Amino acid sequence: MRRRLAPYALILPGGLWLAIFFVVPMVVMLSFSLMQGDVVNGFSLTWHWQNYSEALSDYDDQLIRSLVYGVIATAACIVLAYPVAYWIAFRGGARKTTFLFLLLLPFFVSFVLRTFSWKFLLADDGIVLSPLKHAGLLPQDFHVIATGFAVVAGLTYNYLPFMVLPIYVALERVDPKMIEAAQDLYASPAQAFARVVFPLSLPGVFAGVLMTFVPVSADYVNATVLGGTNNTMIGNIIQNLYLVNNDYPQAAALSFTLMAILLIGIFLYARALGTEDVLEVATR
Amino acid sequence: MTDTKEAGTPVGADLAAIELNGVKKTFHAHGDAVAAVKGIDVSIGEGEFFSLLGPSGCGKTTTMRMIAGFDEPTEGEVFLHGRNVVGVPPNKRDVNMVFQSYALFPHMSVFENVAFGLRRKGVAKSEVARRVGEMLEIVDLKGREKRRPRELSGGQQQRVALARALVNRPRALLLDEPLGALDLKLRQAMQVELKRIQREVGITFVYVTHDQNEALTMSDRIAVMNDGRIEQLGTPREIYERPATTFVAGFIGTSNVLSGTVARAGAGRAVIEPGLGERIVVPCTAAPGEEIELTVRPEKIDVRSDPPAGDGCALRGTVTEVVYLGMFTNYNVTTSTGAEVVVFVQNVSSADDVATRGDSVWLSWDPRHSYVIGA
Repeated sequence: MRRRLAPYALILPGGLWLAIFFVVPMVVMLSFSLMQGDVVNGFSLTWHWQNYSEALSDYDDQLIRSLVYGVIATAACIVLAYPVAYWIAFRGGARKTTFLFLLLLPFFVSFVLRTFSWKFLLADDGIVLSPLKHAGLLPQDFHVIATGFAVVAGLTYNYLPFMVLPIYVALERVDPKMIEAAQDLYASPAQAFARVVFPLSLPGVFAGVLMTFVPVSADYVNATVLGGTNNTMIGNIIQNLYLVNNDYPQAAALSFTLMAILLIGIFLYARALGTEDVLEVATR
Repeated sequence: MTDTKEAGTPVGADLAAIELNGVKKTFHAHGDAVAAVKGIDVSIGEGEFFSLLGPSGCGKTTTMRMIAGFDEPTEGEVFLHGRNVVGVPPNKRDVNMVFQSYALFPHMSVFENVAFGLRRKGVAKSEVARRVGEMLEIVDLKGREKRRPRELSGGQQQRVALARALVNRPRALLLDEPLGALDLKLRQAMQVELKRIQREVGITFVYVTHDQNEALTMSDRIAVMNDGRIEQLGTPREIYERPATTFVAGFIGTSNVLSGTVARAGAGRAVIEPGLGERIVVPCTAAPGEEIELTVRPEKIDVRSDPPAGDGCALRGTVTEVVYLGMFTNYNVTTSTGAEVVVFVQNVSSADDVATRGDSVWLSWDPRHSYVIGA
């Protein structure tokens, strides 16, 4: 009896933690999203579904922009991360851990601080742009900060390690003998990569996309620091509604809308990639 | 190294399937130069089952990898059917390899795995299907085309790896300890199977192994390697019966190595006389006074309680251990000169052992079974 109960006893602390700090707030937020009222007079649950339709119609621009930025930044992360992960996995040799550590080193500095340092670097009269402008290589009114490009670049930079790590883990598990086998079977190095290495690393890419696309789409720090008024993301709106306007129902409705969109997106992505295959390779 | 040109001749055609000419390979790691292969000359004939046999680190795998193109020789030439392939990448060499770990593609079905090489060569679709089907029949995997490698047993995976290489009809098939991961029974079955498949397809097999039984069972010829060189090259029988060096004698089966000073010589025979009534007769040209080393296989020796008649080999000794092993009994005997000799006596009748521990016995054998080492 005791032996049968032991596993349940072991998951109890974690389970409780999740129940109290994840499930309960979710339910609270869900109910908030259907309430009406204000901070002064209090909120009451009136099943006000209009919160959702209003959220969609009022902030559709920012929602779409967030998803577009999310897709671009995620794609940029894949393109930048893959060669790095590949290099560490197959050429890293005995120093693999050192390289991984270097990759994670920026995490020892606050996320916000790093983003601000970008702002400092790329400011209109900052150390990168002003010499170029003085030399006449760039027009005087050229700027990087407060553009969509700056926001996407910041997002890409901040979430890059989350893409490198899972791809690295997937590539690390690819037996180098597999590459030799492909080449032995008349595959050129490019074919060996396309037919064997890349398909085997897809679970890593999949995990990397999950770990970047979701937080990137909901991010508000980069848009706040590096963006201007025209690059507001949905995260900024939610933050504003909550902390500035104290419009909890609208903020909650917007949060759940974003969550639903991301979940559907991820689900479609998994289907398109063939989850079965991904999971199969991942669990072999 | 002994002369490799005389011992055993390649089977078949004039042009060797594979020829290694003064091949050396030195690896550089952490600033140190490690010589893995120190000079190999060998010619492997068309359709031959050729084994590279030796302990780990002897250079046999490196030698094979140089044939496949995964490593390039530091010195020397590699010929595939008369064409020097040094510098040619593996995908442009007409040899295929069966890897020790099989290296099957886990994301592909059995069919896709086997078809991989043909597809890369641009073989027509219908032809691919036909040849893959044919090959899967040969390796007895028909009906499992759609399975993934991990859904197969070790033995089946092994056969997929074999089919994947053979379906391309390479000039030579290289096998790197392909049975190493299988259990004993399956391994023995696969040895017979491999030999059958090799006969059926008629392709040159180069087989790398550290297992002497495997090499003896399957090979037409064996190259015994040690420390980056070929110690002896010959048929299984030659290697087993007449080991050319002490290393080969020790590595292949159990062998007794005896030594002594030649007392008398003549008529192509040298005789060592360790004690009264004792003699070791060796067919060789050694002169009296010369120190020689020789080997005798354990199963060639008889154990008896009285001195043998005639002028064969005779040694006196004391039995130190008797181990019954079913098919035969293993006797450890310490001779009068202190040498340890192992004797296998076949258990022909169900009668008692010929001797027990502590008995004084005589060992005898036909002089034809004494082989001088290094002659």
